[in-house]
Amino acid sequence: MLLLALDTATPAVTVALHDGSAVIAESSDVDARRHGELLLPAVHRTLQAAGTELGAVTEIVVGAGPGPYTGLRVGLVTAATFGSALGVPVHGLCTLDGIAYAAGRAGLEGPFVVATDARRKEVYWARYDDARTRVTEPAVDHPADLAERVAGLPAVGAGALLYPAAFADVPPGMPEHQSAGALASLAAEKLARGEELPPPRPLYLRRPDAKVPANYKVVTPK
Amino acid sequence: MADEPLVLGIETSCDETGVGIVRGHTLLADAVASSVDEHARFGGVVPEVASRAHLEAMVPTIQRALKEAGVAASDLDGIAVTAGPGLAGALLVGVSAAKAYAYALGKPLYGVNHLASHICVDQLEHGPLPEPTMALLVSGGHSSLLLAPDITADVRPLGSTIDDAAGEAFDKIARVLNLGFPGGPVIDRMAREGDPDAIAFPRGLTGPRDAAYDFSFSGLKTAVARWIEAKRAAGEEVPIADVSASFQEAVVDVLTRKAVRACKDEGVEHLMIGGGVAANSRLRAIAERRCEDAGITLRVPRPKLCTDNGAMVAALGAEMVARGRSASAWDLSADSSLPVTDPHVPAPAGHTHDHVHELSRKNLYA
Ligand SMILES: [Zn+2]
Repeated sequence: MLLLALDTATPAVTVALHDGSAVIAESSDVDARRHGELLLPAVHRTLQAAGTELGAVTEIVVGAGPGPYTGLRVGLVTAATFGSALGVPVHGLCTLDGIAYAAGRAGLEGPFVVATDARRKEVYWARYDDARTRVTEPAVDHPADLAERVAGLPAVGAGALLYPAAFADVPPGMPEHQSAGALASLAAEKLARGEELPPPRPLYLRRPDAKVPANYKVVTPK
Repeated sequence: MADEPLVLGIETSCDETGVGIVRGHTLLADAVASSVDEHARFGGVVPEVASRAHLEAMVPTIQRALKEAGVAASDLDGIAVTAGPGLAGALLVGVSAAKAYAYALGKPLYGVNHLASHICVDQLEHGPLPEPTMALLVSGGHSSLLLAPDITADVRPLGSTIDDAAGEAFDKIARVLNLGFPGGPVIDRMAREGDPDAIAFPRGLTGPRDAAYDFSFSGLKTAVARWIEAKRAAGEEVPIADVSASFQEAVVDVLTRKAVRACKDEGVEHLMIGGGVAANSRLRAIAERRCEDAGITLRVPRPKLCTDNGAMVAALGAEMVARGRSASAWDLSADSSLPVTDPHVPAPAGHTHDHVHELSRKNLYA
């Protein structure tokens, strides 16, 4: 197996290759404004570092968010197009699950919370019993509104770091953004167990901003 | 001809997910998935709704185009994509997909200009573009007069709208008349039953001191809305057909007059009209008459090639390949305000793709 993992749902543009037993190459850039430019070169670098090429990939996993939409779609459409061109399956995993998995590997035991920056003074978040077990659906909320629900729990991710009033306990040495290496390891683990992974559907969690114009504005001066 | 470049083009600058395939000047496939119905209730294109729809439609539309063209992806000579101008988030979906597709297939990538593509599409209908070509591009997003001595390398803006695009004016007047969105087709239909001279609406920027090739439709839009409101305020029925015909006449009169004048001033014998508004029947009729009177050859592609589509992007991409223009780099970005003077976005000098076999640089049409 050669699994290609990519995720653009957090400020990190992150790519990794996993051979079924370990991550063999990984490349990450943190630049929330340039996902579109950075992803393909990162894929190329990762393949080169592993001494292989895209045609050797047998499986793709992509972070499905939640994440700010414009960046999120870069990873999703790239994964879907690779999958179509190569004729290999494409899976989608919740981006927060990848961060939780990385937190587990950094030594955090459950229960805990993962929170990423959703902008507009909100966070994307979910609760975990342990690094592999998410116990709430991913959600988007104002940190103040969920302070009670996450009180007393350690929290990881850039969203937790941004709002210390709601997330008082952010253990040191924990991941801030997604790493495709963690996402790849999680996916490889699940695949090895024979789990069926979900399709790559975006987790937007918000409706598109669009207001129906009430009626056209009258232009005749009153 | 078998040695003409086989190119797949992707277009996502607005609300149509378009994937077209051409071989040189021959159209092989023109697959379009439109999200226009999802925007109708908002009275205009909602960028986030369009971007979400592009993501959903991207891969299925590529597959549909390949099937329609009856070609294998591995036979393609290149992948072209609209790099701009357009809605930033929408463009990014197409650019990301094109990069992934080109990279996975080991083909060169050509990020091209949406406006130049609207001009180049006419090669699929009427053969090689005359050089130079004068182009009038009119749609919901743009209204410009462009002089194109070489569609792959030299496109010069002569004028453009200083406020609303022509198609926008159609949408707004349709809304005032409660005719729904998009406004162009329905106003065209209503106008057929009306008198274009019934109401004398203003012709924007046609005074002797006004910029010869610029357009303005904002004043016209306001004048039409006021006229309608006055009728309503007086409790009279609004003559929808006459208003539609007279409004439409004011738009197409200015567009065609300025386009023909630009041809005469520049000594250009061919006028190309493209963009969604080029589907307007009155625009076509008046342009035909005025071009004939002026001894200018008019070229207007069929309506489906005038609205946004992937075939136009493929057409320009094929021309880039045929003329040996440089491919784009893998870090190509979507540029929502890509200037019309950049027909494509070549990789910076000295940049090569060692992993992509470059096509021969010979000019196939030379
Ligand atoms: Zn257009």
